[in-house]
Amino acid sequence: MNQKKAWLYLLPSLVLLGAFLVYPLIDVFIYSLEEGFNFASQTYFGVGTYNYQYVLHDPYFLQALKNTFILVIITVPVSTGLALVISTGLSSIRPLRQLYQTVYFLPYVTNTLAVGLVFMVLFQKTEYTDGLVNLVLAWFGQGPVDFINGPYWAKMFVLCFYTVWVVMPFKILVLTSALASVNPDYYKAARVDGTSRLRTFTRITLPMIAPMLVYLVITGFIGAFKAYSDAVALFGTDLNAAGMNTIVGYVYDMLYGSSGGYPSYASAAAILLFVIVLTITCINLLVSRRQHWT
Amino acid sequence: MRQHADFERLERSALRRSRRLRAVTYVGLTIWALVVLFPFYWMVLTSLKSYGSYNSEHTPVFFTLSPTLENYWEAFTAVPLGGYLLNTLIFSVITTAIMVVVSTLAAYAFARLEFKGKNLLFALFLSMMMIPSELVVITNFVTITNLDLRNSFPGLILPSITSVFYIYLLKENFEQVPDELYRAAKVDGTSDLKYLWKVMIPICRPTLVTITILKIIECWNSYVWPRLITDNQAYFLVSNGIQEIRENGFGRENIPAMMAAVVVISVPLIVLFLIFRKKIMEGVSRGGMKG
Amino acid sequence: MKIRLENLTKRFPNRGKKARGEMTAVENLTFEIPDGTLVGLLGPSGCGKTTTLNMICGLEKPTSGQIFFGEEDVTALPPELRGVGMVFQNYALYPHLTVLQNILFPLENLKGEARPSREEMRRRALETAALVQIEELLDRRPKELSGGQQQRVAIARALVKMPRVLLLDEPLSNLDARLRLQTREEICKIQKKTGITTLFVTHDQEEAMSISDRIVVMKGGVLMQEGAPQQVYDDPASLFVSKFLGTPPINVFTGEVRQGKLLLDDQPVLDTPGVSDRAVWVGVRPEGFLPQADGPVQCALTRVEVLGRDVSIVCTHPASQNGAVRAIIRSEQEVDASAAQVRFALRPDKVFLFDRDSEVRIPVAGTGREAGQ
Repeated sequence: MNQKKAWLYLLPSLVLLGAFLVYPLIDVFIYSLEEGFNFASQTYFGVGTYNYQYVLHDPYFLQALKNTFILVIITVPVSTGLALVISTGLSSIRPLRQLYQTVYFLPYVTNTLAVGLVFMVLFQKTEYTDGLVNLVLAWFGQGPVDFINGPYWAKMFVLCFYTVWVVMPFKILVLTSALASVNPDYYKAARVDGTSRLRTFTRITLPMIAPMLVYLVITGFIGAFKAYSDAVALFGTDLNAAGMNTIVGYVYDMLYGSSGGYPSYASAAAILLFVIVLTITCINLLVSRRQHWT
Repeated sequence: MRQHADFERLERSALRRSRRLRAVTYVGLTIWALVVLFPFYWMVLTSLKSYGSYNSEHTPVFFTLSPTLENYWEAFTAVPLGGYLLNTLIFSVITTAIMVVVSTLAAYAFARLEFKGKNLLFALFLSMMMIPSELVVITNFVTITNLDLRNSFPGLILPSITSVFYIYLLKENFEQVPDELYRAAKVDGTSDLKYLWKVMIPICRPTLVTITILKIIECWNSYVWPRLITDNQAYFLVSNGIQEIRENGFGRENIPAMMAAVVVISVPLIVLFLIFRKKIMEGVSRGGMKG
Repeated sequence: MKIRLENLTKRFPNRGKKARGEMTAVENLTFEIPDGTLVGLLGPSGCGKTTTLNMICGLEKPTSGQIFFGEEDVTALPPELRGVGMVFQNYALYPHLTVLQNILFPLENLKGEARPSREEMRRRALETAALVQIEELLDRRPKELSGGQQQRVAIARALVKMPRVLLLDEPLSNLDARLRLQTREEICKIQKKTGITTLFVTHDQEEAMSISDRIVVMKGGVLMQEGAPQQVYDDPASLFVSKFLGTPPINVFTGEVRQGKLLLDDQPVLDTPGVSDRAVWVGVRPEGFLPQADGPVQCALTRVEVLGRDVSIVCTHPASQNGAVRAIIRSEQEVDASAAQVRFALRPDKVFLFDRDSEVRIPVAGTGREAGQ
């Protein structure tokens, strides 16, 4: 009786999760192995690793892979380090702290696509205007650069900048609460012993919040590897043409849109992404395993 | 005596140093605050400039002397912004409502009811948190297409409902309600459903409010799934709408009108955030993730 | 090193939103800690004892007043220049460092000429570890230690700098009852071995009485009494001090002095020469009752508890202020446990009179010492 009731309570979520999470998870592996899948007729003519080979040799995929790796390698350390500096500053002040915290959190609740448009306007150089950022650059005697349609590194810079801007609220929030949870007695003990500010920070604060930093780095890696909408917001939906595609963008382009209709290639690319993320997460976990005192 | 003077000097210099450090801290924090706020300022400012005056500014101007609301009128008339907003509202409200009901039922089963394989099933649930949405979106796209649900609300909503994380959060919260209350209710002959409704939900209201707000934010900003599943403007959500405006826009490159649309899209969430600031920040620091 | 506090006052700004103003944590505190003694700072929670400790250590600046270490005024000195070692209530051991690294930490902070060489640091750390007997734990982390071991590591970390003064904040409150007895003897032993002037804060009077050379009793930020434990116990200055010290606690009665006699429930029970007629609080220590067939204090017997060494008699008296009256007598003094009544005479040196309003001790001529401060 009770047994049946429990399953009844679980039924809606089981059905939804089964249909839209578990089944697709299995199915995506099947798709990725079906060669020559035709979407219209839902037929295929072989099973093998051809889809993976195709994806791995597709210049668009390689471009997306390169873009994503650059994005990850730049934004994860920059945003984590910056968030650490900002939250340390934030925890050392009392007046105005709430105000700063509220302001810093704003990007979290804004629509990535919408605000990305503002960034595009700020950075873009058109025939009417060089844009605001170029105005600032001109103050320092630097020539105008088109950050949106111009050279690769200019575009990459904007993408990284925007990505950092978007992920900062979460990191600042997590680190600020981590810093606040350090028992003040440790700082008192350090003061009695005459520990310098720098040494207190490196020898006490950092090790104390290390678990949270590890957490942020891991989630940061995962998030950055899945970058997509930030790029769309800045460079439009045709990311391949802009040369700014990401792995996730490649998956969606394969699935849908002008170059779409290839769920097999999309599946293979998605699984490759998953493997990369899993590997990097495992490495991260192994490296951070040393902190066994927690 | 000399020693004493030394200490005073020492203390004064320490005080000076800590004052300087504080000044540097405030300057740094203010700089980041400006970096965060500036895009918001710029979008509001630009949305208030007229099309003509904006395009005649070869050098961007940091203020405007003749603010106009014509861009807002333009945003609602030249493009179906009102429709996008309405779609998003419908999508967010329905998805969130179903999510809350479904998650509450599941969390209640995990927290209070006894059944065979409960722990195993819960472990499976938890492991589902690890599944990246990018992996499953492909099959979901095919499924919804085959069900002929493209360009429809069911197609938009169905795959967006479930969130294992919220079930987990609710279950943890439900478990904090003392067992005695449940037993007392059982002795009084209260049914499970009534107990859930009359006792659990009122007690756990704060968490329910938190997950509701977080889900609404998530829905309001969702982009990938709606983009895949809708190509008819009548079903666009704001994220797709703004992308559509950007690419095919107002018939011409009308930045002030675009910014007006951006302001309209951003304001509801910012208002929501300012009202529920504490709840949102608390909920997010407990494990929310962007995207 | 002798410690002297002079008119020490600490006020905190009130953090409440509505009521702006100040909260006085410590008011006009003056006392002296002789060189090389172990002193217990005792009082109920919120009495300002931790604030006092923090001011001595330099973590808080006094609003007014001065602190002297020996003849040196250290009021304005930062903690690291005072030469104090501090043991925190929860020990504040750094969880990511080993025991040895924890003990080394204060030494590694030293700069310039004061900084010993690596070998010297290690030698001193090992020496201190030996002093508190934790040599075999040096490579463990705090999480792997018992509460008592953590306590010793914290003491070693405080001592390794060879401070002039050792301060301990509620050193035993995080330990279970059995460890508490053992550790308090340990602290006493370490203090005697090093001869370092030591001040510890506690709310447990038994703890303070058992190991301190002197105790300082505070209440509401104000000094109530100070002295050797036995002296304070035998000669309390106020009703509060008499109630705060001693287990089982003192028995309090309402009484009246009329014509040189103390009356309980209108029965004369004791001669109190030199005390003018007035209403009083009467405090009688449990050991101040002597069973006597014709004793003046008549109580209704509730029960007799045999505790081995002593016998505790629980009874009631109409004038009693704390419900049951508890008397401790020696076993051989037989009491008829089945009787309904029991009569006592009172030992004059175990009976204290306090003013009914001010609760200050009233001196009684001929009962040993005069009342304290």
